[in-house]
Amino acid sequence: MLVSILHRVTGGALTVAGLALLAWWLLAIAGGAESYARFATVATHPLGLVVMIGLTWAFWQHFFSGLRHLFLDMGAGYELKVNKLFSVLTIAAALFATAATWFFFVGVNR
Amino acid sequence: MSIGKSATPLGKVRGLGSAGQVGGHWIEERFISVALVLLSLWLIFSLAMLPSLDRDTLVEWLRAPAGAVPMTLFVIASFKHGLDGLKVVVDDYVHTEGNRIATHYVLAMAAIAGAALSLFALAKIAFGAA
Repeated sequence: MLVSILHRVTGGALTVAGLALLAWWLLAIAGGAESYARFATVATHPLGLVVMIGLTWAFWQHFFSGLRHLFLDMGAGYELKVNKLFSVLTIAAALFATAATWFFFVGVNR
Repeated sequence: MSIGKSATPLGKVRGLGSAGQVGGHWIEERFISVALVLLSLWLIFSLAMLPSLDRDTLVEWLRAPAGAVPMTLFVIASFKHGLDGLKVVVDDYVHTEGNRIATHYVLAMAAIAGAALSLFALAKIAFGAA
């Protein structure tokens, strides 16, 4: 139940906020140094970082619950215990992947 | 007529219908989902592997075919997938047929506009005009 709702909410956020950000990012790169600097200022602002980290989590949650749905679509994983296990796993995997992504971006590669 | 001997619900409806393509839209949604699994992982790992995220590095990355081509596919697939998803949400909450179709139209126009702007930006970068 929760994971199903999360799949919708994260999907909606990724589409509305995530895709808007993707388009802005590409247009900012194409627009030249000044337009990219404007994008970077907003993206690296503390509030911008909160949005980016939130979208990273939304991406990984949607990614893992999406994988779960692809398996359910094949007719597998409907047993109560298995279903519950994989639901919980999507939440754990998404939190871990979000932490790993930002750990890598901030800590390792910069 | 269903294809093969599959007894799963999907196997039973696949290929049904007068035009032989009931379930085709459903299959297409899954096809794009699987494509996005690969493309989104590619994007995250590519960004993580870039030495820097400054503009010069990104332009160089998106000028090479190895950056420009998957990014083009990612833009198309993600806008299509986002539109498909929002349409399903609208179908669940908007019960007046006219409003439902009108909302689908508005969403489709927004998605196409966003994808077109993104593809234009990508083309400008890839062909060296940025």
